[in-house]
Amino acid sequence: MSNKFLIPIGPYHPLQEEPELFKLYCDGEIVRDIKWETGYNHRGIEKLAESKTYDQVFFLVERICGICSTSHPFAFANAVEEICRIEITDRAKYIRSIIGELERIHSHLLWAGLAGHFLGYNTVFMWAWKYREPVLDLFEMITGNRNSYAMFKVGGVRRDIENNKIPDILKVMDEVKKKVTLLTGAVMDDPVIHSRTKGVGVLTRQDITDYGAVGPTARASGVAIDIRKDDPYAAYPLVNWKVITAEGGDVFAKAEVRLLEMFESVSIIEQCLEKLRKEKEGDISIKVKEIPEGIGTGRAEAPRGEVFHCVFSDGSNSPVRHKIRAPSYVNIATFRKSCIGQSISDATISLAAVDPCYCCTERLAAAYDEASGKKIFNARELIELSVNKTRLLREQQVR
Amino acid sequence: MNNEAIIGELRKKFGNDVLETEEQSSTRLTVTIEPLALLKVAEHLYREAGLRFIIASAIHTKKGFEILYHFSNDETGLVLNIHVILNSEKPRIESLSNMFNASNWIEREMHELFGIDFLNHPNQEKLISEGNWAEGVYPYRKEFKK
Repeated sequence: MSNKFLIPIGPYHPLQEEPELFKLYCDGEIVRDIKWETGYNHRGIEKLAESKTYDQVFFLVERICGICSTSHPFAFANAVEEICRIEITDRAKYIRSIIGELERIHSHLLWAGLAGHFLGYNTVFMWAWKYREPVLDLFEMITGNRNSYAMFKVGGVRRDIENNKIPDILKVMDEVKKKVTLLTGAVMDDPVIHSRTKGVGVLTRQDITDYGAVGPTARASGVAIDIRKDDPYAAYPLVNWKVITAEGGDVFAKAEVRLLEMFESVSIIEQCLEKLRKEKEGDISIKVKEIPEGIGTGRAEAPRGEVFHCVFSDGSNSPVRHKIRAPSYVNIATFRKSCIGQSISDATISLAAVDPCYCCTERLAAAYDEASGKKIFNARELIELSVNKTRLLREQQVR
Repeated sequence: MNNEAIIGELRKKFGNDVLETEEQSSTRLTVTIEPLALLKVAEHLYREAGLRFIIASAIHTKKGFEILYHFSNDETGLVLNIHVILNSEKPRIESLSNMFNASNWIEREMHELFGIDFLNHPNQEKLISEGNWAEGVYPYRKEFKK
């Protein structure tokens, strides 16, 4: 292999929202090999979960990802409820699905915007992010937060969606449908987007099976896996919707799947709201007295694919071990297939096409001396160091 | 195929290598196997039964190092956990990464955090803490204290 030069992307790069380092080994314009370094965001969440109670773990796992912050509590709730063998109320099921689908819409719009930005098509970026705003406002209305909604708990949800809020939500959904139709039309018919994304970063069915890729990444290669259908949970078996797939396996197919999925999400939300009217208000959770001993495996379909949580309980009030697998963990590994052989400019959009989320993929704070392996600071000392620096800066500013 | 049929098939094919089975629900099944039989059991599940490898979860308990290999049947919603118990003195097991790439990262992660050796792994380098963590210190082991 004649690796003539190396192009580093990251660890801090203006195009990427999170720190990661890709090393593209190039021969002229063509990428011949790719290596990556992760770990910049590793926070030891699986270990932290062992020191928290089940109620606290919800808030912890919600902070794994800032974009799809409800998909982790969703999978965790499914896992714990499986250990307890409980069935939540229908009203809680509908509310859970509504939150999950609203999140899918805002996440897919965020991706569409970023993909446009990666292509150098900033109009798409500005449109998509503008249309995403009303969805975040809805979250604020329903949950009190634009992000990290704290809606889930063992046995149900924390807040109700009162019937008087339903017309407002439906109004925003109508608006979203119109705007997404406009955006889809503009993206699907644009010759520039066609030439930048068709045949770029192709993943075959075999690649998907080999790497175990999930979500829109798999569905764009014709592999119809969707946990909402395959292992139904919450209100998904109670409403009508279909799994969107495409056959191309390229960046265009991934965009197509995500754009069309938003219409399904709107339809799921409308059906859930309709059924919510018939349920008794306030009937949103059941009391769970204890978590018995056992193993629970919970799955949820996040905007990026299957989130998997495995919880080991010994009957105490905190998990003995909590394994988390975010969809990006398996999707990012497919870069080796989608980027090698591409030109440098196509490699960046191929990297973005799986909608990688590094906070999800990595989940300790202590500083060690590299040569001796001795600990220099522990977590508390590192925080103190940071607090002192902020204090010093504030004092300087006052002067 | 229901859980009973799956257990029957595994027992018929792998005989005494299947040590124990536990049915959590109609779509959740845990099968404890002899660690030496992992490769042939995984080969059967991936190539013949067409299951998808989701991830593996390791846990350090009194029995030693336990690993659950989670496989998914996307047609029936089944999660099949293949459970192995490894000796705590020298935990080692055959790597699955030569069969499918899906297990490559998680085996590197388990090697890094638990110190479990994956035999014949194509590239057992550190995944998360390259250059930032002391050698031979495994933070997810029970004896680890900060």
